[in-house]
Amino acid sequence: MAEPGRADPRPLSPHLQIWKWHWTMAGSIFHRVSGAGLYGGAFLIGAWLIALATGPEAYAFVEMIAFSLPGQILLFLWSMAVLYHLANGLRHLIWDGPMIGFDPGVASLWSMFNFAFAIIGAAVIWSLASFF
Amino acid sequence: MTTSAKSVRGLGSAGVGTQHHIRQRVTALALLFLVPWFIYSIIVACKAGYEGALTWAAQPVNAILLILTVSAALYHMRLGMQVVIEDYIARSSTRQALLILNTFAVIALAAATILSVLKIWFMTGA
Repeated sequence: MAEPGRADPRPLSPHLQIWKWHWTMAGSIFHRVSGAGLYGGAFLIGAWLIALATGPEAYAFVEMIAFSLPGQILLFLWSMAVLYHLANGLRHLIWDGPMIGFDPGVASLWSMFNFAFAIIGAAVIWSLASFF
Repeated sequence: MTTSAKSVRGLGSAGVGTQHHIRQRVTALALLFLVPWFIYSIIVACKAGYEGALTWAAQPVNAILLILTVSAALYHMRLGMQVVIEDYIARSSTRQALLILNTFAVIALAAATILSVLKIWFMTGA
């Protein structure tokens, strides 16, 4: 896969086009995608904390953005990404520690569960948050 | 006499992969407990408005957990982003630049957020 112009002619990660989509693959890709999203999200959540320390005007500005429709959508996506990365991260720890869950059937089911956990979990948290 | 070592010298493992792997897992383990607390707390704090959020952040336990969450999360995401950069950025100069940017960005955010927690702590006279 080494192109002539590359400074460092070593193979890259496997490319999407040579894989057939399956649950564990999607689970792995979304772990990275959600992780990258949370990287950006950390700066936004950080801005909230910095605004809180800065004063009421700065905090009101961040509140205005957070409670706007785009802000709420972004926060909902953030919560789904957190829950997905958390659930799939726990799976990584179980893979590395007790080393269970490698059986293909179990691994696929587990991936499905993690997606469901993220979507349903976020929906539950948001409905609870709006009630209390 | 020449060996094949010359073809990998300067390109191979930096010898820090194991440390990276373990730190990623240790921070993950901490975040497994800190993140659920943080999700709950940020909802409660956000719904309480400016004064309420300030009171929340000034509680000793919350201030400590905030600093721990920030530290573990930022260390974890720096390690994660490092792997993403190493995987996808083939050009050595670009890769090095992004790796440094990753470190700087994360440390800057850590400094700003931890200072914020401390500022709230002293501001409210807790």
